[in-house]
Amino acid sequence: MDLRDRSVLVTGGGRGLGAALGRAAARTGARVVLVARTAAEVEAVAADIRSSGRQAHALVADVGEEGAATTIAAAAAALAGPVDVLVHNASVLGPVPLRPLLDTPPADFTRALEVNLLGPLRLSQAVVGSMVLRGQGLVLHVTSDAGLEAYPAWGAYGVSKAALDHLARIWAAELADTGVRFLSVDPGEMRTRMHADAMPEADPSALADPALVAESLLELIRDAESLRSGSRVEAARFAPAASR
Amino acid sequence: MRAATAARVEPAADRLLVVGRGLEDHRVDDLPSLLRAGDLLVVNDAATLPASLRGRTATGAEVELRLLGVPSGDAWPALLFGSGDWRTQTEDRPRPPAVAPGDALRLADGLTATVARVWPESSRLLDVRFDRTGAPLLAALYAQGRPVQYAYLPDPLSLRSFQTPFAARPWAAEMPSAGRVLTAGRLAALRRAGIAVASLTHAAGLSSTGEPGLDALLPLPEPYEVPGRTARQVVATRARGGRVIAAGTTVVRALESATRESGVAAGLGVARVRVDGGHALRSVDAILTGMHEPGSSHFDLLTAFAPAELLAQAHARADAEGYLAHEFGDSMLVWRVR
Repeated sequence: MDLRDRSVLVTGGGRGLGAALGRAAARTGARVVLVARTAAEVEAVAADIRSSGRQAHALVADVGEEGAATTIAAAAAALAGPVDVLVHNASVLGPVPLRPLLDTPPADFTRALEVNLLGPLRLSQAVVGSMVLRGQGLVLHVTSDAGLEAYPAWGAYGVSKAALDHLARIWAAELADTGVRFLSVDPGEMRTRMHADAMPEADPSALADPALVAESLLELIRDAESLRSGSRVEAARFAPAASR
Repeated sequence: MRAATAARVEPAADRLLVVGRGLEDHRVDDLPSLLRAGDLLVVNDAATLPASLRGRTATGAEVELRLLGVPSGDAWPALLFGSGDWRTQTEDRPRPPAVAPGDALRLADGLTATVARVWPESSRLLDVRFDRTGAPLLAALYAQGRPVQYAYLPDPLSLRSFQTPFAARPWAAEMPSAGRVLTAGRLAALRRAGIAVASLTHAAGLSSTGEPGLDALLPLPEPYEVPGRTARQVVATRARGGRVIAAGTTVVRALESATRESGVAAGLGVARVRVDGGHALRSVDAILTGMHEPGSSHFDLLTAFAPAELLAQAHARADAEGYLAHEFGDSMLVWRVR
C-alpha cells in the first residue's frame, strides 16, 4: 500500500519503534496519528514531524483502558480521515524486572493482556468495520519471537504476543475477501527502552536502530498486498537493500 | 409503541416490519432473502460525537451546549439548552439565557466556547469557536462530552453504545441509528447473497430541539460526503435494474441531495433537499429505518416512499405486535410504492 495521503494510526507512538514509524510514514506523505500514554513524549514527536512540514497529531491515551478505543478511533478519523493503516505497536512487558510465572503478580499479567491483546482487539473493533465497508485497510500487529519461543521469565509478554498473533490470524480468516488485511510483524531486537527494561545487561550497540526497522516496516506496508492476510513475518526480511 | 431502553440481548430477536404492497413481519436476519443479488445497501458511517457539553455563561447560568455535527472551518454549529439534562424531555427544559456574539461559555477543564454567530432561526442556535483546535480540542471534547441521551432511557449509556458497527469520522450529533443493527455478521451475510454494501458519511443532526418552531425546520442543512466508489455503485446498481436501499433517513437525504441529471455526485455537499411526500425519489428505492412516530420529521421523510395511510397502518401494527421503538428498537424496511 502506498502511504501517500493515507491515514495511519500508530499506538505506542511516543518513543521507540512507534515514534520511528510515525516519522517514517509522515515522510512518505501519510497523515499520521500517534497514540501514547505520556503526553510530553508523544506531543514532542508529533510537533517534530510537523516542524518538517509533514502531518502528525498526538493523542494521549492508554490503549489498555477499556473506554479508550472509541475515543482513539474517532479522534484519529476526525484528524486524519478514516484510518487506512492501523499499527498495534504499544505493549508492556508485564512485571519489570522480568520474573518467572511463579513470581508474577496476577495484576501484572492482566495488565500485559489488557495492553498487548485486549487493547488491539478493542481498537480494531472500532476501526475495522469502516475499513470493510471501504473495501481496503491494513492492520499490523507488532509481535515478538517471545510469542513463539517459551523464554523463561517472559510469561506475561510471551503469552500476550502468542495470542496477538492468533488474533491476527482469526481476523484474517473472518475478513478474507473484504480487502482488509492483517499481518503480524516481528521487528527483532531493537535499541529501545523496552529492551533495556527487559534485558538491562544487553549491549546496545548489538541492537538494531528502531529508525532502520521502521524503514523495513514501510517496505512491508508497501508489499502488504503480496502477503497472505494473517501471516507472520520478520521485519528484517523487508530491510531496504542499502541497510541489509 | 414501547421504547427499547437497550439493544436486545439476543440479536436474532431483532424484528423487521416490511412495508411494501402490504405489511409483513420479519426478523432483521431475513434481510438477505428480502433483497436480491445486485441490490446495494448504503449506510452512514458517521461516528456519534460526545455532543453534549455542560458549562456556564459569563453570568454563571448553567447551560448545556449540544454540538450539531461537523464544524465548518473552526465554527461548530450548536444548540444551547438551559439548566437540567437529558432526563427532562427537551420541550420541558428551561430556556437558556440569551447570548450574543463574543460571549464566552465556560465548559469543563478550562475549555471555552465563544459565540461566533446567533442564527436568525432561533436565539439558541449558534455557531461557536473553541479556544483550541485539532487533537487538543478532540481530547477535551471526548474527556468531558457525553453522547446526547434520551429521556426514555433509565440510565445514561456509554459513548460506545451510540456507535454503529462501522463508525469512522465523528460527524453525527446523534447516532445514525438505522445502521445499529447492521452487524459485521449481517453485512457478511448480505455480501454472500450478492448484495453489495457501501458507505457515505452524513452529519446527522439533532432529532429534537424542544422548540416547536425550530423542530419544524428539522432536519437543518447537514454536511455529507459521498465517496466516489459509492456514487459509482449507486448509479451502476440502478442502471442494471438493482435497487438501492438506504440505511436510515440520513443516507436518503445525502443520496437525494447528491443526485444530478448526470448521476450521483461524489464528494462533499450540504443536504438541503426536503424529502417528504412532495419529493420524487431519484436514487433510492427503499429505506431501512427505525420505528418513527407519525408527525415526526423522520416519519415525514418516509412519505416519500409510501402513502401516509399505509405508514400509519404499519405503525399501528407494530404497536399491536409489540415492536420496540426508538434508537435501540426494531427496524422497518419501506419500499417505494408511490
